[in-house]
Formats: sequence, structure tokens, C-alpha cells
Amino acid sequence: MKKLISAALAATMLTSLAQAAEVKIGFVTTLTTGAAVIGKDQEKAVNLAIEHMGGKMGDLDVNLIFADDGFKPETGKQVTDKLVKQDNVDIVAGYIWSHVLLASRKSVLDAGKFLITANAGPGPVAGKLCHENFFSSSWQNDETPMAMGEVLNQKGVKSIYIIAPNYAAGKGMVAGVKRTFKGEIMGTDMTTWPTQLDFSAELAKAKASGAEGLFVFYPGKAGGAFMKQYQQAGLKDSLPLYTTFTVDALSLPKFQAADFTDVLGSQFTQQWDPTIDNEQNKRFVADFRAKHGSYPSFYAAQAYDSIFLIKSAVEAVGGDLSNMDGMRAAMESASYPSVRGEYTYGNNHMPIQAYYLREVVKDDDGNWTTKIVQTVYEAHQDIYAKDCALN
Amino acid sequence: MDYTLLFAQVLNGLQLGLLLFLVASGLTLVFGILDFVNLAHGSIYMVGAFICASLTLLVGNFLLAVLIALPLTGLVGYAVERVVARKLYDKDHLDHVLGTFGLVLVLDTLAQIIWGPAGITVPLPAWLNGQVELFDGALIPSFRLLIIGTGLVVAGGLFWLVNYTRLGMLIRAGASNRTMVSALGIDIQFLFALVFALGAVLAGLAGMLISPITGTSIGMGGQIIITAFVVIIIGGVGSMKGAFIAALLIGLIDTLGRSFLDTLFALVMSENAAETAAPAIAAMMIYILMAIVLVVKPQGLFPPKVR
Amino acid sequence: MRKMTKAGWATMIGMIALAILPPYFLLTGQAFYVDLATRLVILGIAAVSLNLILGYGGMVSFGHAAFIGLGAYAVGITSYHATWGGFDLIASYNGLLQLILALSISAIYALVTGAISLRTKGVYFLMITMAFGQMAFFLFQSLDVYNGDDGLTIDVRSELPFINLDSPMQLYILSYVSLAVAMLLVKTIVNSRFGMVLQGAKDNNERMVTLGYNTYFYRLAAYVISGVMCGYAGFLLGNFTTFISPDMMHWTRSGELMFMVILGGTSTALGPTLGSSIFILLEEILSSITLYWHLPFGVILIVVVMFVRGGLMGLFKGKGE
Repeated sequence: MKKLISAALAATMLTSLAQAAEVKIGFVTTLTTGAAVIGKDQEKAVNLAIEHMGGKMGDLDVNLIFADDGFKPETGKQVTDKLVKQDNVDIVAGYIWSHVLLASRKSVLDAGKFLITANAGPGPVAGKLCHENFFSSSWQNDETPMAMGEVLNQKGVKSIYIIAPNYAAGKGMVAGVKRTFKGEIMGTDMTTWPTQLDFSAELAKAKASGAEGLFVFYPGKAGGAFMKQYQQAGLKDSLPLYTTFTVDALSLPKFQAADFTDVLGSQFTQQWDPTIDNEQNKRFVADFRAKHGSYPSFYAAQAYDSIFLIKSAVEAVGGDLSNMDGMRAAMESASYPSVRGEYTYGNNHMPIQAYYLREVVKDDDGNWTTKIVQTVYEAHQDIYAKDCALN
Repeated sequence: MDYTLLFAQVLNGLQLGLLLFLVASGLTLVFGILDFVNLAHGSIYMVGAFICASLTLLVGNFLLAVLIALPLTGLVGYAVERVVARKLYDKDHLDHVLGTFGLVLVLDTLAQIIWGPAGITVPLPAWLNGQVELFDGALIPSFRLLIIGTGLVVAGGLFWLVNYTRLGMLIRAGASNRTMVSALGIDIQFLFALVFALGAVLAGLAGMLISPITGTSIGMGGQIIITAFVVIIIGGVGSMKGAFIAALLIGLIDTLGRSFLDTLFALVMSENAAETAAPAIAAMMIYILMAIVLVVKPQGLFPPKVR
Repeated sequence: MRKMTKAGWATMIGMIALAILPPYFLLTGQAFYVDLATRLVILGIAAVSLNLILGYGGMVSFGHAAFIGLGAYAVGITSYHATWGGFDLIASYNGLLQLILALSISAIYALVTGAISLRTKGVYFLMITMAFGQMAFFLFQSLDVYNGDDGLTIDVRSELPFINLDSPMQLYILSYVSLAVAMLLVKTIVNSRFGMVLQGAKDNNERMVTLGYNTYFYRLAAYVISGVMCGYAGFLLGNFTTFISPDMMHWTRSGELMFMVILGGTSTALGPTLGSSIFILLEEILSSITLYWHLPFGVILIVVVMFVRGGLMGLFKGKGE
């Protein structure tokens, strides 16, 4: 035991000695469990971003440390603590899961460091728990389903049934769609997260409810499972499906391998798509595909953006990382080239941005991907911004 | 009361119960006969599902893949018995728990290294991918009916095997009197390995049957193993009949709880509170059931005769 | 005074190491390792409490993490209401009040679940305690007010007289002293007449009953003592992590506690502490080497079970002990 400790000690001393001119970034994501497929995609995007900037932000070398949250809030907090206290990073980014972010945010912010979420966007961090050193390169949870609610209204859907997982993001999604959808909600089922993957009971209820449409939110592997069961239940004509974050570039290749053609043509809302026409996005999508053979997911796009957002801040202060006010001002201006195109930041440091309706299609080579069919919001701000004391 | 919905939910519960029985039957055989607590049983369920899923993509036919994957999973079970389990038989239950938990970590990590974290979506042939209309308005996915049918056939086969065959007789005798069976010139070690492999095949089959519905995923075994333990405890350790009844009971309670509890809760609390509380309380119900059963019958519904 | 055994020496060296190393880490600016040591010591208390019933009483509880959760939520819920309002009766940052709440809730929970669980034996006891643990887990998951599954952040730590829990070193010292007291307490209990009856009932229940002891009540008392000690560990853990979630009560956590005890060696004074130390250090070291750290970790568990009798403390056992 003593040997182990001294080995650990020696290792940490070595790392603390190697202090060169560098910016140290911790990136917390999920690298184990079934959800690791998302984390791996983000990891690829982050590495690509660093490659694209030649390993440098201004004059500083980029030192990136990935940490695995194990898909658990408690583990997420532990690795965040370690990044902050042991590795002494300058900035912590990442966070796929809302509950992991909520558990970890205090560790970063209390230590006076920047926290950039590359996916999770629970209501509190945008509202009463907003913080001057907190930024998002993604969205607030309620916004994407709010866009979907608008789409439902436009399509003339009169009533929907809702199925979503019982955790922070699931509740946000449900709240979001309920806020904008003008028709009747025939019922809501919240399922045990992340263990429940068989939705037979919920689908039977949705069908019996007589609703005109079905709204669901199932990120990661649960999304694939849900789509399969929806199709096996034969509900495509009687109960059309409307989703957010359920079909993505991670599940589409699996569906294609299984020749699950029912997914073609399905629509969902999002702030980004691989077909968005700007230089940064073209380069990102093309190089990602060249390197990994598949389309990047929106998780990857946001992770890629988060690194460029940090770069803009580091360059704005000429590498003087102690100038936090300068870095903050730079990030607030959102003046970096984002793959989603231009956007601005609200007072709570959540993006005010466009939301699109995407549809699953085959690309020219027969790969399954998505394209934009409609712009739902031009510049949408989350509803929690008013609860945020920053201005 | 919507009887079509109730009927659909009962079938869903039956399907879940029969899958649980497939996992629990192997567990109760190994526990009852070998007196071995095997947490890694769930990992074999996962390994079976992954082997079958890869084979499905390879040979292009799910049913053919199942037929090839079953003996392969049996081999995995046999290997686990030879390498790890056998060395733990003469230790106590605590050591079994610790050792097989280690095995769970090893198998889960190996699966992630071999198949990646993404999991596999398993395609079904068209005739299994549709629905069957049992009566007016009751549209049931045909694959779920196949699971119910398979579960019932396997259950029947197991009863026959354990109660009416020479192998079953030896298995039962081996449990109560090892030396006697050895005296009959039977290789008891081989017999035990056979039982273990049989349990693995059953668990693997359950994993293969669920994967076209949920897809395969790392850690899928950890979720079912504890429910399977609840099943065999309620049924009484070692009792095949008990496992069957308890599995169906739990399948039904879990499904019906998920279906109707939120409506009940909404009567006494706000809709939002009911939506959060209902799934948690529904998940709690099987544990409440187990506690009640154990209070009334401290050794389960069908306690083992000699222990 | 009798001569120190090898195990006794190991205990003393281990406890001295735990006393010296964390201040050293703090002085050398390695705050993270103080955190690690604190987690290790707090879980050590939980493991020691479990060992009282598992090791000496033969009651294998597979739901002990529920007590950790109850203790932690006693801090979290009172602090939550003191910060955000509501539930005035318990809304408070007062550490002593929180502690009393944590211990009494643990005691009541232990009394009720113990009284029911102890009607069963062996693996059935293991499963029914697991069932109660899961019920607690799902109960807290269902409480929307406290964010259900998403957990609760503790914004203000317990306010205690003389001790400032916001200071990592003071929190560590409190945890360390608590561990030492817990180990001493268990040793005293085990060597008392009460402990003799408890161990006698583990080896041969009928004999103790014939001798006129109501072993059921002895077991129940031990179960409650163990639960209260574990609830205390939860009180500390809540203050340490400042984030609590139902996940703390999940059966896998109860399993980890069990593994710590078995790994270190049941029915030994140092075993549980050694087990929790090795468990957490291995986790920390292996996970910093490889993403697939569960693989070597699992292999180590299997090897220990196969080749080391009586857990790691078995390594210290000389002849004739």
C-alpha cells in the first residue's frame, strides 16, 4: 500500500514540474458504459479541433485531459474535483448529462475557473444558478422541444402523448414541448433512467390514449431501442412520432446496418446539421468523415465548438490566462467561427440561436444522414434567462 | 377500464416474465444444485446477446444466428465454470459474491473492448417484424408473441428434463448426495459443468431474444441479474416451479405498475409529482413483493426440501 | 499486556499512515489526495460498521448503503430547506441537530427493517436487506422536491461547534478520529458479553438459545448499532461530497461496502479499513492508467478470492493465530 502511494506521489510530482506555457483544459465526458459512444464522438471532435488549430491557442500549447464521468453524477463530480485540484486545469469543458453537470458545476466555479458545457443545459444553470464563468456551446434543454412544439402546431397536430426518461433533461424536454404545443396532452410517461429499455407498456398506453402524435426524448442507446419498438408496434400510421435528441449520427449507422428503413424520413429539431453552409462546418464535417468514416453527431459539433470558443478567449487576452475578465468578454461576444453559424450569448451565457427541423435522408453515397427542411426559430432565447441575475 | 389496453399490458407482462424465467431458471439450477451464487450470470446473458447480434449481421438471419450462438454461449459458460467457478464451489457465499462480481467486471470490460460501447441493433426478418391482430384492436408485435411462445416451450422442456430424464435425476441426486452419484460412476465434476453450461445457454437465449427489441448494450446483464435474484428468492432457491411462478408474477407486477400507477397517483397528488413518483414506486414494487413474501414465508414460496 | 500480533502491528502501522499522510499531502499542495484520504476514511467507517454484523454477527447485509444515504440526506434536506425555504420544522444548518436527525432516522430505519429481516436467514437475509435498500433508493428517487434521481447539491455544510467542515483538513481529522473511535467501539462490543453472545449465535444459534439467550434481540441490537454507525458515516459523506443522490443507496453501493469488508478480511479489526483503502486506491490508480481499469480490478478481486484465505488480513496471520 505504501509503495502504491509513493508511486502515485512520484507521478503527480512529475506532472506538476512540467509547467510550460500552455493552456490546460479538462474535458469531462462519458468514456465507459454503453453511453461511451457519445463520449468517444466528442473525444474525436475535440482532438480534431486541436489538430485544426495546430495544437496551439495563440502562443500557448494546448494540454487536454479527458476525464470519464462513468455516466454517474457522483463520479462526474469526483473526476471534476481531480481536474480542478490535482491537474489544476485552467478551464473545464464537456458534460453530456444534465445531472452530472449539476453535480459538478460547483467544484469548478467555486475554484474560480471557467466551465463550458458542450451539451447539458438544465434549467437551473441558465436561471437562478447562472454564473459569470459558466458558458454553453449547446442549448438550454427546453429549447429544442419548444421548437418541436411549434412544428407540431404548424402541422396541425391536435393532441400528443409524451414518453421521456425520468431525469433532469427528460423533465426539461417535457416542460419545453408542453410550453409551446397548443393542442391537448393526452398523457405523460416518465420512465426509469437509464435502466429501462423496454417501452412496451408505455407504447401500449400511448396507443390506447387516442393521441394524434407521440413525442419522445431518448438520447443515446435508449433512442435506438425506442425506435425499434415503435416500429415493431406498427404505430407509424396511427401515431406519428416526433422526437428530440433520439435519432442522431451515432444511431443512424446502426440503423443502416440493420436495414431499418422506417427511420428514413423521420424529423426532429436541432440547432445544428452537417449540411449547414459555412467554412468552419464544411471543414469540420469533411475532415471528421475523412478521419472516422462517419458523420459527426451534434454532440461532436458542440464539443468542437467549445474548443474554438476557448481558443477565442485565450487569443483575446494574448495568452494571459489570469485576465479572466478579458477572456469572459471575448466569450460573451461569441466571435469565434461556430459550425452552426453565427449566434449571440444571452445574459446567462446561453446561446441565442437558430433552430431547424431536420429530416433523415440518404446522402449521395447512400449513407444515412440528415438535412434541414425548415428553420423553426431564427434566434431563440431560453426562458430561464430572466431568472439570471447577471446582466 | 380499457380492456384492450389491459390485455396488451398483460401480454407485455407475460413476455417480460418469461424472459426473466429464462435467466432465473439457470440461476436457480446453479444456486440450488451447486450451491453457488453467480452474479456473473447476467454477464453471460449479455455475452449471448452480443454473440448472436454479431452473427445476425454476419449471416443475415436472426433465427440462424440464434441457433449458432446458443452452443457458443454454452461454451462460454463451460469455460467460466472451468476457469473460475469450479475453484469457488467449496468457499462460502460471500466469496462467491466477491469472485463473481470480479468476473462481471472482467466480462463487461472485455465486451466493451471486443464490441465497442455502441451496442448493436439487431435486424429481424420481415415476418417477425410486423404485428398480429389477435382480436379487434389488439395489435401485438409478432416478435413479442414469439418470445412468449419460446419461453413457454423452454419452460416445458426444462420441467421434463429435470423431472423425467436420467440427466435430471442425476442432477437432483447430485445436489443432495454427491458421493452417491460419484459411486454410480458418474463424473460429478462434468455433471456440474454441464448444469452450468445449461444455465448459460438459457441466460444467453434470453439475451438473444431481448436484443431485437432493446438492442445489445454493455451492462445489460447488471440490470437483469438483480431482478433474476429477486425471482429465485421469491420462488424459493432451487425450485424450478417457484422460479416460473415468481417470474410471471414479477413480470406482470412490473408492467402493470408502470402502466397504471401514475393514473392512480394523480388522484392524490399533483400531476407533475405523480409523473416523477410513479416510475420510482413502480420499480420499488417487486422489492416490496419480495419483502412481503419473505416475511410470510422466510424461505420463499417453494422452499427447498433438504438444505 | 499481551504481545502484539502481526495483525495488531499492521493495524497500528495502517492507522499511523492514515494520520500522517494527509497533512503531508496538504503541505505539499496536493489537496486532491486529502480528498481521497477523506473518502477512504469515511467509507472505512461504513465498512467497520458493516463488519460488526457481517463479520461478527454472521448477518450479511446487502443494503447497508441505505444508511449512508439516510445520513447524507439528513444533512442535505435540512440544509436545502434552510437555503431555499419551506419545511421550517427541520430547516437548519445546525450540525448537531442534523447529526441527531441522521442518527435517529438510521436507528428507526434499522429497527424496522432489522425486525423484519431477521426473521430470515442466510442468503434470504441478504436479499431482504437488499430489497429494503432498494426501496429506500427508489423512495428518494421518487421525491421530486429533492430533484429525485438528479440529486441534491449541499450549498452550506453542517455548522458544528469548534469544527469548521469547510476546511478539508478539519473534516479529515474529524473523519479520522471517528474511524478510530468506530474501530475501538466495535472491538469493545465484540469483546463484551454482548459480543460473545452475538458471535456464539453466529456459530451455533441453537446452543445459545438453549443457554437461555434471546438471540433475535441480540442480533437486532447489533443491527441497529451498525446502522446508526453507518448513518454517521453518511452524515460525514454528505458534508464531504456536498452532492448527494439516491445513487448512494443503490444495491451496487451496498455491494461495494460488502466487497471492502470481504476484501480486507471479515471479523478483523483492521480488515474493513484495509479493504476500503485498497478498494479506493486501486480504483484511483488503475483508472488513471487505463480506461479499461475494471478489467484488472476484476481480475484482482477474483485472484484474492481464489488464493487468499480470509481476505487481505489473512496475509498477516502467522502460525497459531
